[in-house]
Amino acid sequence: MALLTRWEPFGGLQKDLSRFRRDMDSLFSGFGTPALAWPVEQAVSPAMIISEDDNYIYAEAEVPGQKIADLDITITGENRLTIKGRREFKLPEKAEWHRRERPSGVFERTIELPVAMDQTSIEARLDNGILTIKMAKSPKERPRRIEVRAE
Amino acid sequence: MAHSTELGTRLATEPARGEPTRSQFSFTPRVDIYETPDEVVLQCDVPGALANDIDIRFERGDLTVNARVLPRNRLGKYLAEEYETGDFCRTFSIDSEIDYEKITAQCREGVLTLHLPKLEKARSKKIVVKSG
Repeated sequence: MALLTRWEPFGGLQKDLSRFRRDMDSLFSGFGTPALAWPVEQAVSPAMIISEDDNYIYAEAEVPGQKIADLDITITGENRLTIKGRREFKLPEKAEWHRRERPSGVFERTIELPVAMDQTSIEARLDNGILTIKMAKSPKERPRRIEVRAE
Repeated sequence: MAHSTELGTRLATEPARGEPTRSQFSFTPRVDIYETPDEVVLQCDVPGALANDIDIRFERGDLTVNARVLPRNRLGKYLAEEYETGDFCRTFSIDSEIDYEKITAQCREGVLTLHLPKLEKARSKKIVVKSG
Protein backbone atom coordinates (compact mmCIF):
# COMPACT_ATOMS: atom_id res chain seq x y z
CA MET A 1 0.00 0.00 0.00
CA ALA A 2 1.15 3.45 -0.75
CA LEU A 3 -1.26 6.26 -0.65
CA LEU A 4 0.53 9.14 -2.14
CA THR A 5 4.07 8.37 -1.16
CA ARG A 6 6.00 5.26 -0.51
CA TRP A 7 5.99 4.40 3.13
CA GLU A 8 9.11 5.86 4.71
CA PRO A 9 9.58 4.15 8.05
CA PHE A 10 12.25 6.63 9.05
CA GLY A 11 10.64 9.66 7.43
CA GLY A 12 10.08 11.36 10.76
CA LEU A 13 13.51 10.42 12.00
CA GLN A 14 15.11 11.82 8.86
CA LYS A 15 13.25 15.03 9.39
CA ASP A 16 14.47 15.22 12.96
CA LEU A 17 17.97 14.39 11.83
CA SER A 18 17.90 17.00 9.10
CA ARG A 19 16.72 19.57 11.60
CA PHE A 20 19.52 18.55 13.92
CA ARG A 21 22.01 18.83 11.06
CA ARG A 22 20.72 22.25 10.16
CA ASP A 23 21.12 23.36 13.73
CA MET A 24 24.63 21.99 13.76
CA ASP A 25 25.37 23.68 10.43
CA SER A 26 24.21 27.01 11.69
CA LEU A 27 26.23 26.44 14.83
CA PHE A 28 29.39 25.90 12.81
CA SER A 29 28.61 28.31 10.00
CA GLY A 30 30.49 30.97 11.87
CA PHE A 31 33.68 28.98 11.35
CA GLY A 32 33.91 29.54 7.62
CA THR A 33 31.77 26.63 6.38
CA PRO A 34 28.61 27.77 4.59
CA ALA A 35 25.40 26.34 6.01
CA LEU A 36 23.86 23.78 3.67
CA ALA A 37 20.19 23.87 2.91
CA TRP A 38 18.49 20.56 3.79
CA PRO A 39 15.11 19.80 2.37
CA VAL A 40 12.56 19.89 5.14
CA GLU A 41 9.50 18.59 3.32
CA GLN A 42 9.66 15.51 1.18
CA ALA A 43 8.15 15.85 -2.27
CA VAL A 44 4.92 13.89 -2.50
CA SER A 45 4.52 11.72 -5.53
CA PRO A 46 2.07 8.86 -5.94
CA ALA A 47 3.41 5.34 -6.25
CA MET A 48 2.19 3.52 -9.34
CA ILE A 49 1.57 0.13 -10.82
CA ILE A 50 2.24 -0.04 -14.55
CA SER A 51 1.24 -2.98 -16.71
CA GLU A 52 0.84 -3.73 -20.40
CA ASP A 53 -0.78 -6.06 -22.84
CA ASP A 54 -0.45 -6.16 -26.61
CA ASN A 55 -2.45 -3.02 -27.28
CA TYR A 56 -2.56 -1.02 -24.06
CA ILE A 57 -0.51 0.29 -21.17
CA TYR A 58 -2.28 0.58 -17.82
CA ALA A 59 -1.24 2.84 -14.98
CA GLU A 60 -2.75 2.71 -11.51
CA ALA A 61 -2.28 4.99 -8.51
CA GLU A 62 -4.01 5.32 -5.15
CA VAL A 63 -5.38 8.84 -4.75
CA PRO A 64 -7.95 8.65 -1.94
CA GLY A 65 -10.17 11.69 -1.53
CA GLN A 66 -9.53 12.98 -5.04
CA LYS A 67 -12.18 13.80 -7.60
CA ILE A 68 -11.42 13.21 -11.27
CA ALA A 69 -11.88 16.94 -11.95
CA ASP A 70 -9.07 17.75 -9.51
CA LEU A 71 -6.61 15.50 -11.29
CA ASP A 72 -4.56 16.63 -14.23
CA ILE A 73 -3.41 13.80 -16.45
CA THR A 74 -1.28 14.58 -19.50
CA ILE A 75 0.90 12.83 -22.02
CA THR A 76 3.74 14.89 -23.38
CA GLY A 77 6.06 13.89 -26.15
CA GLU A 78 5.24 10.35 -27.14
CA ASN A 79 5.55 8.57 -23.86
CA ARG A 80 5.74 10.85 -20.82
CA LEU A 81 2.75 10.46 -18.54
CA THR A 82 2.22 13.12 -15.86
CA ILE A 83 -0.31 13.00 -13.04
CA LYS A 84 -0.88 16.10 -10.97
CA GLY A 85 -3.26 16.72 -8.14
CA ARG A 86 -3.83 18.53 -4.93
CA ARG A 87 -5.28 17.44 -1.62
CA GLU A 88 -6.13 19.90 1.09
CA PHE A 89 -7.93 19.65 4.37
CA LYS A 90 -9.64 22.50 6.07
CA LEU A 91 -9.95 22.19 9.81
CA PRO A 92 -13.40 23.26 11.00
CA GLU A 93 -13.60 26.22 13.31
CA LYS A 94 -12.66 25.61 16.93
CA ALA A 95 -11.22 22.23 15.99
CA GLU A 96 -7.74 21.00 16.72
CA TRP A 97 -5.61 18.25 15.23
CA HIS A 98 -4.77 15.20 17.25
CA ARG A 99 -3.03 13.34 14.51
CA ARG A 100 -2.06 14.00 10.90
CA GLU A 101 -0.71 11.12 8.91
CA ARG A 102 -2.38 11.61 5.55
CA PRO A 103 -0.27 13.50 3.05
CA SER A 104 -1.63 16.79 1.83
CA GLY A 105 -0.65 19.47 -0.61
CA VAL A 106 0.35 19.22 -4.25
CA PHE A 107 1.50 15.95 -5.70
CA GLU A 108 2.98 15.24 -9.08
CA ARG A 109 4.51 12.30 -10.84
CA THR A 110 5.95 11.91 -14.32
CA ILE A 111 6.89 8.54 -15.70
CA GLU A 112 8.43 7.54 -18.96
CA LEU A 113 6.58 4.71 -20.62
CA PRO A 114 8.53 2.10 -22.57
CA VAL A 115 6.67 2.64 -25.84
CA ALA A 116 5.01 5.50 -27.73
CA MET A 117 1.35 6.17 -26.99
CA ASP A 118 -1.55 6.97 -29.26
CA GLN A 119 -2.42 10.37 -27.81
CA THR A 120 -6.02 10.24 -28.95
CA SER A 121 -6.88 7.18 -26.94
CA ILE A 122 -6.45 7.73 -23.21
CA GLU A 123 -9.09 6.76 -20.69
CA ALA A 124 -8.91 7.58 -17.01
CA ARG A 125 -11.29 6.41 -14.33
CA LEU A 126 -11.48 6.83 -10.62
CA ASP A 127 -13.09 4.20 -8.43
CA ASN A 128 -13.08 4.54 -4.65
CA GLY A 129 -9.79 6.41 -4.61
CA ILE A 130 -8.02 4.29 -7.21
CA LEU A 131 -7.06 5.97 -10.45
CA THR A 132 -6.70 3.73 -13.50
CA ILE A 133 -5.41 5.08 -16.79
CA LYS A 134 -5.70 3.04 -19.96
CA MET A 135 -3.53 4.21 -22.83
CA ALA A 136 -3.46 2.72 -26.30
CA LYS A 137 -0.05 1.98 -27.71
CA SER A 138 0.81 3.72 -30.94
CA PRO A 139 -0.14 1.36 -33.82
CA LYS A 140 3.48 0.94 -34.87
CA GLU A 141 4.31 -0.43 -31.40
CA ARG A 142 1.67 -3.09 -31.35
CA PRO A 143 2.79 -6.61 -32.08
CA ARG A 144 1.63 -7.91 -35.42
CA ARG A 145 0.65 -11.46 -35.90
CA ILE A 146 1.98 -12.95 -39.07
CA GLU A 147 -0.06 -15.71 -40.52
CA VAL A 148 1.79 -18.78 -41.69
CA ARG A 149 0.14 -20.38 -44.61
CA ALA A 150 0.60 -23.98 -45.50
CA GLU A 151 0.97 -24.44 -49.23
CA MET B 1 -21.77 -23.71 37.78
CA ALA B 2 -21.01 -20.15 38.69
CA HIS B 3 -17.59 -20.60 37.22
CA SER B 4 -18.84 -21.76 33.84
CA THR B 5 -21.32 -18.88 33.64
CA GLU B 6 -18.55 -16.46 34.29
CA LEU B 7 -16.40 -18.09 31.64
CA GLY B 8 -19.32 -17.99 29.22
CA THR B 9 -19.80 -14.27 29.75
CA ARG B 10 -16.15 -13.63 29.27
CA LEU B 11 -16.01 -15.63 26.07
CA ALA B 12 -19.02 -13.83 24.69
CA THR B 13 -17.55 -10.40 25.26
CA GLU B 14 -14.00 -11.24 24.24
CA PRO B 15 -13.22 -9.26 21.11
CA ALA B 16 -12.70 -11.46 18.10
CA ARG B 17 -9.20 -10.84 16.84
CA GLY B 18 -8.74 -13.66 14.41
CA GLU B 19 -5.94 -13.80 11.92
CA PRO B 20 -7.28 -13.32 8.42
CA THR B 21 -7.33 -16.56 6.50
CA ARG B 22 -7.27 -14.98 3.09
CA SER B 23 -3.92 -14.68 1.40
CA GLN B 24 -4.09 -10.90 1.28
CA PHE B 25 -1.83 -8.40 2.90
CA SER B 26 -3.27 -6.23 5.63
CA PHE B 27 -2.10 -2.63 5.94
CA THR B 28 -2.43 0.05 8.57
CA PRO B 29 -4.32 2.92 6.97
CA ARG B 30 -3.13 6.49 7.45
CA VAL B 31 -5.41 8.54 9.62
CA ASP B 32 -6.09 12.16 10.51
CA ILE B 33 -7.87 12.85 13.78
CA TYR B 34 -9.31 16.15 14.92
CA GLU B 35 -11.52 17.25 17.74
CA THR B 36 -14.24 19.88 17.75
CA PRO B 37 -16.21 21.00 20.83
CA ASP B 38 -18.88 18.36 20.02
CA GLU B 39 -17.11 15.44 18.44
CA VAL B 40 -13.93 13.67 17.43
CA VAL B 41 -13.51 13.01 13.71
CA LEU B 42 -11.30 10.29 12.23
CA GLN B 43 -10.45 10.27 8.54
CA CYS B 44 -8.84 7.17 7.17
CA ASP B 45 -7.42 6.57 3.68
CA VAL B 46 -8.78 3.23 2.49
CA PRO B 47 -8.42 3.33 -1.31
CA GLY B 48 -10.24 0.53 -3.06
CA ALA B 49 -12.59 -0.27 -0.18
CA LEU B 50 -16.34 -0.14 -0.72
CA ALA B 51 -18.63 1.03 2.07
CA ASN B 52 -20.25 -2.42 2.25
CA ASP B 53 -16.90 -4.09 2.79
CA ILE B 54 -15.92 -1.99 5.77
CA ASP B 55 -16.53 -3.48 9.18
CA ILE B 56 -16.39 -1.16 12.17
CA ARG B 57 -16.63 -2.57 15.67
CA PHE B 58 -16.64 -0.97 19.05
CA GLU B 59 -15.71 -3.28 21.89
CA ARG B 60 -14.41 -2.50 25.36
CA GLY B 61 -13.27 0.97 24.44
CA ASP B 62 -11.53 -0.19 21.26
CA LEU B 63 -12.76 0.91 17.88
CA THR B 64 -11.59 -1.43 15.13
CA VAL B 65 -11.82 -0.63 11.45
CA ASN B 66 -11.46 -3.49 9.03
CA ALA B 67 -11.75 -2.58 5.37
CA ARG B 68 -11.74 -5.41 2.91
CA VAL B 69 -10.26 -4.59 -0.47
CA LEU B 70 -10.98 -6.92 -3.34
CA PRO B 71 -7.88 -8.00 -5.24
CA ARG B 72 -7.39 -5.98 -8.41
CA ASN B 73 -8.03 -7.42 -11.81
CA ARG B 74 -4.58 -7.90 -13.13
CA LEU B 75 -4.40 -6.04 -16.42
CA GLY B 76 -1.71 -7.55 -18.62
CA LYS B 77 1.89 -8.05 -17.60
CA TYR B 78 3.39 -5.91 -14.83
CA LEU B 79 6.14 -3.51 -15.80
CA ALA B 80 6.40 -1.77 -12.43
CA GLU B 81 4.73 -2.55 -9.14
CA GLU B 82 5.61 0.14 -6.64
CA TYR B 83 3.05 -0.79 -4.04
CA GLU B 84 1.11 -3.81 -2.93
CA THR B 85 -2.58 -3.96 -2.31
CA GLY B 86 -4.54 -5.54 0.50
CA ASP B 87 -6.99 -4.94 3.29
CA PHE B 88 -6.79 -2.12 5.83
CA CYS B 89 -7.06 -2.75 9.53
CA ARG B 90 -6.50 -0.49 12.51
CA THR B 91 -7.68 -0.25 16.12
CA PHE B 92 -8.10 2.95 18.12
CA SER B 93 -8.62 3.37 21.84
CA ILE B 94 -11.64 5.53 22.45
CA ASP B 95 -11.98 7.89 25.34
CA SER B 96 -14.85 7.18 27.75
CA GLU B 97 -16.29 10.60 27.01
CA ILE B 98 -17.44 9.41 23.59
CA ASP B 99 -21.08 8.47 23.10
CA TYR B 100 -20.17 5.25 21.29
CA GLU B 101 -23.77 4.40 20.46
CA LYS B 102 -23.90 7.42 18.20
CA ILE B 103 -20.74 6.77 16.20
CA THR B 104 -21.42 7.18 12.49
CA ALA B 105 -19.31 6.37 9.47
CA GLN B 106 -19.28 7.10 5.78
CA CYS B 107 -16.94 6.21 2.97
CA ARG B 108 -16.41 8.35 -0.10
CA GLU B 109 -13.71 8.22 -2.76
CA GLY B 110 -11.63 5.85 -0.71
CA VAL B 111 -11.75 7.97 2.45
CA LEU B 112 -13.55 6.64 5.52
CA THR B 113 -14.86 9.33 7.87
CA LEU B 114 -15.95 8.43 11.38
CA HIS B 115 -17.84 10.86 13.59
CA LEU B 116 -17.50 10.17 17.30
CA PRO B 117 -19.88 12.47 19.18
CA LYS B 118 -18.93 13.38 22.71
CA LEU B 119 -21.27 12.65 25.60
CA GLU B 120 -23.50 15.56 26.49
CA LYS B 121 -21.56 16.25 29.69
CA ALA B 122 -18.23 16.35 27.87
CA ARG B 123 -19.26 18.87 25.21
CA SER B 124 -17.55 22.21 25.04
CA LYS B 125 -15.61 21.24 28.11
CA LYS B 126 -12.89 23.75 28.63
CA ILE B 127 -9.68 22.80 30.25
CA VAL B 128 -8.69 25.53 32.61
CA VAL B 129 -5.00 26.14 32.76
CA LYS B 130 -4.01 27.64 36.04
CA SER B 131 -0.84 29.54 36.44
CA GLY B 132 1.18 28.68 39.51
